[in-house]
Amino acid sequence: MNASTKESRLGAWIAMAVGATYFLLPLIATFEFSLRMKRGEYSFEAYEVVFGDPQFQATFGYSIVMAIATILVGVLLVVPTAYWVHLRMPKLRPLVEFITLLPLVIPAIVIVFGYLRMYNSSSIIPLTGSEHATDFLLICSYVTLSLPYMYRSVDTGLRTIDVRTLTEAAEVLGANRATILLKVIFPNITSAILSGAFLTFAVVIGEFTMASLLDRPAFGPYLQLIGANRAYEPSALAVIAFIVTWASMGLINVFGRNRHTKPTR
Amino acid sequence: MAFLEISNIQKRFGEQTAVHDFSISIEQGEFITFLGPSGCGKTTILRMLAGFEAPSVGSIVFDGKDVTHVPTNKRNVGMVFQSYALFPNMTVAENIGFGLKVANASKDAIDARVKEMLKLIKLDALAERYPWQMSGGQQQRVALARALANKPKVLLLDEPLSALDAKIRISLREEIRELQRELNITTVFVTHDQEEALSISDRIVVLNEGRVEQTGTPSSIYNFPRTRFVASFIGTLNQLAGEVVDTALGEIRVGKQLMITSNPLDDLRAGQKCTLAIRPEAITLDGAGTGKNTVQTVVDDVSFLGSIVRIRTHLGSEVLSMDVFNDPNQKLPARGDTVALSFAFENLLVLA
Repeated sequence: MNASTKESRLGAWIAMAVGATYFLLPLIATFEFSLRMKRGEYSFEAYEVVFGDPQFQATFGYSIVMAIATILVGVLLVVPTAYWVHLRMPKLRPLVEFITLLPLVIPAIVIVFGYLRMYNSSSIIPLTGSEHATDFLLICSYVTLSLPYMYRSVDTGLRTIDVRTLTEAAEVLGANRATILLKVIFPNITSAILSGAFLTFAVVIGEFTMASLLDRPAFGPYLQLIGANRAYEPSALAVIAFIVTWASMGLINVFGRNRHTKPTR
Repeated sequence: MAFLEISNIQKRFGEQTAVHDFSISIEQGEFITFLGPSGCGKTTILRMLAGFEAPSVGSIVFDGKDVTHVPTNKRNVGMVFQSYALFPNMTVAENIGFGLKVANASKDAIDARVKEMLKLIKLDALAERYPWQMSGGQQQRVALARALANKPKVLLLDEPLSALDAKIRISLREEIRELQRELNITTVFVTHDQEEALSISDRIVVLNEGRVEQTGTPSSIYNFPRTRFVASFIGTLNQLAGEVVDTALGEIRVGKQLMITSNPLDDLRAGQKCTLAIRPEAITLDGAGTGKNTVQTVVDDVSFLGSIVRIRTHLGSEVLSMDVFNDPNQKLPARGDTVALSFAFENLLVLA
């Protein structure tokens, strides 16, 4: 090994250490602070308080339900769309990609104000008229918000299989479009769908703007409320939120390895 | 009416016509091959038979039933693709049983048929394997079994051997032919490989630029090509520029040499230019004889190709190659030698 290689390795390690410090230090500090609720000793008191708070349980539970519903609606919307674009309208792919990227460009607050204007209680579709209808509107807004992640994951999954030939092979064997989607396409892009699902879960679980402006009891507004009024509990909640996100990322990696295709090295 | 009747089909993609007025009658149990270069329309016709594309004009009839506008999943055809197209999430057995499952067959019926098909393709031991755990040849045999499991009326083969290596290709094409004969299934095979087409087919349709150039048995296509395209596409062929001298006597002049063909010159007249063709293996070194043309040529090259030796010569500005079987005891001419080549009158073809 020559001197220049050693130098470049050292440089890489230093860059990584600086990056890791920048990222980890605030996290460690937050975690350390969350353990100092009891004066003079480290304890998980703040976590006990958070987990024991019925509002935490209610809002976290609500957000989990919303996240699952968002994933279901998102998958049912995105998979057939992406499949159809791959199969019949490949020329439209850039346009569809552009549309799915819009939620990253348009701030959530603009989207939610648009919803409130379109679906308020005096409109033709009064989705803010009842709690269930507002929940549905919130799910729709979450689907929009997670569209870039879900579409990209599914699109990447579809690129790894020969959609057209597999569809034709199934068609020739007598399958209709629904059977093809359910029995051939879905199972072959499961890992991509799960990636999109976990990303969606991570996005929804901490989302604040939509839930707050639609006045729904979600985890995001609860985080904000606790952050404004308590000292140690917000740090504990921040760590919990990080763990949830990381767990989602970890699960993407676990399911990212497709069982049926040749493992790549 | 034939079992499979394609009548005057055309396919246009926008301004471009991929298939011009194509018709053919295929008998039950016949193995027919569409042969041609890329873009000749052979795959488009096959896709119209499968129902993936609808003809712009014309009709397709399977077993007396017009299927021109019947969707693919209601046509009961079997198809094997170049890329195998096995479902990656299913085992071999599940792949083979897929069509029967879609048709709501009972589990016992599916199991029995899958077993039967696995036995037919001699892959009984691999029922639980996934496609990625098998070689290309094995995958294509599974694809064939899957295509046959539903007992289709017509089997469509879209260049099924192209992705395989040479040895597997030959053994699999023999297997396909054997299975096709055993099941007596009407089969349409698409390929750009002339050797494959010649070896496997009952009849060959040679296509070029969306039009039929010639239809016939492998032997007639090879020995009596009717057009320049067929002549140059199938096998190696010497092509000589000639001028008709006497149509009744079949006399044609090539350079200063007078040659005779016993093939009819009905469409030509004296003085007209024409193209003559002769297969390298139809030429011999044994000199003059009755019913033979003999020409004096100069050897340019002698290439050893294993079982045969190709001798390239020239006759004026025309190149004339001949093939002889490799015989270690035979003395071959050397470069620069003048040799007398002869060929029978009937082997001198006149191309349109």
